[in-house]
Amino acid sequence: MPDPILTAEAVTAGYVPDLPILKNVSLAARAGQITLIIGPNGAGKSTLIKAVAGLVHVNSGRILVAGREITGQSADRLASNGIAYVPQNNNIFRSLTIEQNLTLAARRAPAQTWVPLESLYTQFPALADKRRDKAGTLSGGQRQFLAIAMALAAAPRLILMDEPSAGLSPKAAQEVLEHARTLTEEGVSILLVEQNVNQAMRLADHCYIFAEGRNQLDGPAAELLNDPVVGEIYLGGRRVGAA
Amino acid sequence: MQNLIDGILTGSYISLGAIGLTLVMHILRFANFSHAELLSIGAYAALVCDALVSALTPAFAAKLGPLSLTWSLIAAIVVSMIFTGLSAVVLDRLVFKRVREKGAELSMVFASFGMALVIRNVIGLIFGLSPELYSKDIAFAVVLSRDPLLLVKPDQVFVLLAALLLMLILHLILSRTTFGFSLRAVAENPALAQVNGVNLNRTIMAVWLIGGALAAAAGVFYGLSHQIIPVMGRDLVLPIFAATIVGGIGSVYGAVLGGFIVGIAANMSVLVLPAGYTPSIPFLLILAVLIMRPHGLFGEARA
Repeated sequence: MPDPILTAEAVTAGYVPDLPILKNVSLAARAGQITLIIGPNGAGKSTLIKAVAGLVHVNSGRILVAGREITGQSADRLASNGIAYVPQNNNIFRSLTIEQNLTLAARRAPAQTWVPLESLYTQFPALADKRRDKAGTLSGGQRQFLAIAMALAAAPRLILMDEPSAGLSPKAAQEVLEHARTLTEEGVSILLVEQNVNQAMRLADHCYIFAEGRNQLDGPAAELLNDPVVGEIYLGGRRVGAA
Repeated sequence: MQNLIDGILTGSYISLGAIGLTLVMHILRFANFSHAELLSIGAYAALVCDALVSALTPAFAAKLGPLSLTWSLIAAIVVSMIFTGLSAVVLDRLVFKRVREKGAELSMVFASFGMALVIRNVIGLIFGLSPELYSKDIAFAVVLSRDPLLLVKPDQVFVLLAALLLMLILHLILSRTTFGFSLRAVAENPALAQVNGVNLNRTIMAVWLIGGALAAAAGVFYGLSHQIIPVMGRDLVLPIFAATIVGGIGSVYGAVLGGFIVGIAANMSVLVLPAGYTPSIPFLLILAVLIMRPHGLFGEARA
């Protein structure tokens, strides 16, 4: 089994100091894999991703990337150090052109990691034709691809994706998720939060199920896909295991 | 026609003031009523620097061709832009940053009101309340045409060209450089800018520097065409706000256009209204634009 690229140890975090959303969560995401987090609304999935990205204050616990502690580092420093975050909404700069979005995103890291824009355009041909257009003119699916291209622009080790398929047509959603899969084949590790459980579980390597701010269950995605307990957590919101 | 020319001139320094205000208002999300005082700081800083340079190197005190302007004043403008930019950063560190971290948006507005009064009166204490001029010589206007009578002072041409040059430089920075992209990114979405590696504190500092520097230039240009008085900020705050709002908060190009619209409208209004009503024109423009386009001409609803 590959080494963990990301480890969360007993992380408690939230937006307001005395109101933790995430309670004592531990998790490991392995290099070159898609690690999926699913769970009902309010389970703390996005909060965990934001805590890793440096956007949410961590009250206690530790977060490590490739063995080095990053807890409490600022979002811009993490972005310069190979951790890319693709937010769910408003994940592109509408007033900048596609090329300006990509240039800005690439320059967050040292020059040797900049991915040539041309190679990003080859990967996302839909963006190439519109490189001089304002990003605000893109369709929902194209915006999601631009957001992913921005994440890739500085050759990250780890990409945090918050519901990349939300609001997309089933076809576009499938494309975005399949693209995530191809990225891992090139060595990128992905921590993915998805509501699109069925599609996402088929692509993911490992899956965590969150509910009420806690990590309820985890296992290889292929095994959990057919586990009746998963359905219960979703449908009944019932607590499982020791929580 | 004469009113139009005067209006364009007025517009050039209002635009410079409005650019800084629109950036600060958009990125820091508060209406900074002390922004016009940066124009005063700039105007007085240039006055002091001009006197110093002229005294130390009399060769620089010679006038440039038909302009009442001297090399020492040009040097003073540059020094004043740097000084005022730094003053704006210091002001932010001492006052606005602290309020921002603890208070609400409205506290920032009140703090800026307070700072405006403080700056205005400190300038009055140091320099006295009587008006100052960069040059005591009478500047002769050049007659462009006799019928209709059109007069332009060489200084006015300089002011317009210098203002346009500054705007062009800013435009190139915003549209061509990564630094410019990061400024626009922070204005649109600070959190997303951060996850794209933009350091918020550094960007905020840069915004104050740019806003202060442009305000200083605007202050000197105002002083060249009128006179320098401690209460000039009070007279300029309204037109600058109007330009910002008319153009759309956050839009640099809107601020430029808004500045010229306000300047031209105020100067043209004397054709139809008694001159005493000129100060009301910016208010009317704000009203008219907000009724038709609530986010201003170039503004966007915020996500």
